[in-house]
Amino acid sequence: MGRKILFITTDQQRFDTIGVNGGLYSRTPNIDQLARTGINYTRAQPSSVVCMPSRASMLTGQFPSTHGAWMNGVPLAVNAPSVAAELHDHGYKTSLIGKAHFEPFLDVFGRYTENALANLGIPTIEQPWFDGRMGVHRGFDHLEFATHGIAGNLHYAKWMQQNHFDAIGGFYQVLDADLNVNAAGGGDTGAPQVQINPVARDLYHTDWVADRTIAWLDTLATDDDFFCWMSFPDPHHPWDPPASELHRVNWREVDLPEGYIADAAQREAVIDQKARHWREWYDGRVVSNYEAPAKFVPANLTPDQIREVNAMNAIEVELIDEAIGRVLAAVAARGWTDDIDIIFTTDHGEFQGDFGLLFKGPYHVDSLMRLPLIWKPAPSAGIAPAVVREPVSLVSLAATFLTISGHNAPYWVEGQALPVSSADAEDRGFEATITEWDSVLFGVAVHVRSVVTTEYLYTEYLSGAMHDGTEGELYVLNDDPLQHSNRFSDPAFAAVRRELSARLRAHAERPNERATPGVLVAPV
Amino acid sequence: MATVRYERRIAAPADIVWDVYHRPETIHLWFPGVTSCSMDGNIRTLNLANGISMPEEIMTIDPVLRRFQYRVTSPLYRFHLGTIDTIALSDDECMLIYSTTSDPDVLALVIGGGTYHAMNEIARQAEARVAEGEK
Repeated sequence: MGRKILFITTDQQRFDTIGVNGGLYSRTPNIDQLARTGINYTRAQPSSVVCMPSRASMLTGQFPSTHGAWMNGVPLAVNAPSVAAELHDHGYKTSLIGKAHFEPFLDVFGRYTENALANLGIPTIEQPWFDGRMGVHRGFDHLEFATHGIAGNLHYAKWMQQNHFDAIGGFYQVLDADLNVNAAGGGDTGAPQVQINPVARDLYHTDWVADRTIAWLDTLATDDDFFCWMSFPDPHHPWDPPASELHRVNWREVDLPEGYIADAAQREAVIDQKARHWREWYDGRVVSNYEAPAKFVPANLTPDQIREVNAMNAIEVELIDEAIGRVLAAVAARGWTDDIDIIFTTDHGEFQGDFGLLFKGPYHVDSLMRLPLIWKPAPSAGIAPAVVREPVSLVSLAATFLTISGHNAPYWVEGQALPVSSADAEDRGFEATITEWDSVLFGVAVHVRSVVTTEYLYTEYLSGAMHDGTEGELYVLNDDPLQHSNRFSDPAFAAVRRELSARLRAHAERPNERATPGVLVAPV
Repeated sequence: MATVRYERRIAAPADIVWDVYHRPETIHLWFPGVTSCSMDGNIRTLNLANGISMPEEIMTIDPVLRRFQYRVTSPLYRFHLGTIDTIALSDDECMLIYSTTSDPDVLALVIGGGTYHAMNEIARQAEARVAEGEK
């Protein structure tokens, strides 16, 4: 019997939304306890700041420019490498319960497995694997899917449609009549993607994900090794938690975030220091990516709307923490606590009012790039608790899972296993992480590459519809933790720029085998 | 209004490729996710794998240009036009171009994404016919 793995992800959650990382509004005792008794990474970065590429990196251990799912709407090849398939080969029982999103969600022709399984009524299907064999879909024995709200043909949506139809109307309509991300406002302030949702708490998808996870764990024998990916769709918008829980955080008592600059002129001056697409989006002139509502104009966002969004977000995070607590209790009841590794993270962040913005896009700052990442090793492994401040990437997750299982990572894994301490990080050269962005939407192409070190966050914009290839951003993280002062053109930082640019070049030219970039076939 | 367009070379004569897709009543044989269809004059109704029915109007069947055009008439669209063109590159190779123009914009990608897979299926069938000796 080896070490079991519970991999917990959320969607679009900032580093500073949990208590142990300085969160002010969500009570997160279960996540905090994992951090205090495990390893808390305080500078964890995604490979991409949108869902599909980032999640594909978790599964494959590869950057988007390697695995080929380079933007939302580009499916990860069905036979892409998968750490779940590796673990399956090593005798692990494997499941993914909640949000997957390796395949497009807006799938009107029903071509993708994620959208077909619930209707098929079977836990998985046979598909080609990376090595040419046939096996369970992406290496998972059991798949049950959910996403934000009740749209689509996923398991949660079907369960709600079949058993709780009356509750469906309470959820926010994520897309508008034109199938754009909806900008319609709700709640008390008219904030976009906010809605008072009368759904009963136990019917909400956060509790459903925990319930289904516990149900799957109950099917296992005590001595089974397992890899269970429990994937909560929240706190990603829409912000429509059960109305019964709104008492937890009163939005009127929520302070504006530190990253919000109250004075509009000062705020816009900070935005104007950045690459030009920031201001274009802020003013509502260009929406370069599908993930933000097409009709949302950030410049019109009010302080109260930011407060209400952040209150809703905090409530959703609390519900996730309590759901995690229930699953951990179920794990303990099975007697597994000593032999289970638990890793908690998310796929990317959220502006939540920083710079007067919401949602996400090609904007590489800490709001979107600095993520919570916690690894609580199995107590039987004897790994001491630690705080690791060196930069680490979610690309390291696949290798970490394999290390936990007692196996080496295969050649296709790009990230090395996460360090267990700062000394380990230093010994193994955890000096910098890379985040990529590529998008092409109706003639607007944006290509961004960023490198984060302990000292700097450096971004280059490649040639595209909105950039000529000379623009960039450079932030000194210790002096400018909110990234308000772009030093890209400061001659005093010319040497720093050269060094960081060389790191980006080395990443671009890394000699590895890459998948053919996938084809954009859906908006998301 | 937005357009998405996919194109690929096919190792088959243009007339064989045209033969795969030019009959409107056979779309379910090469468009993944379309399980069946019915015809009433130039009105075609698709039945999709997810249970949705999609009404269309056939606009152009031009064997000289090897152009097939149709429009989705569902009220979801303010405008839609799908165009499949095949251009001969040589006696045994051609270029298939499948484009979708739509208002609302997003629907170009929602529907157009399916045309990428359809294009590949047309290519597969045409190349299989060549492999079996058809000229």
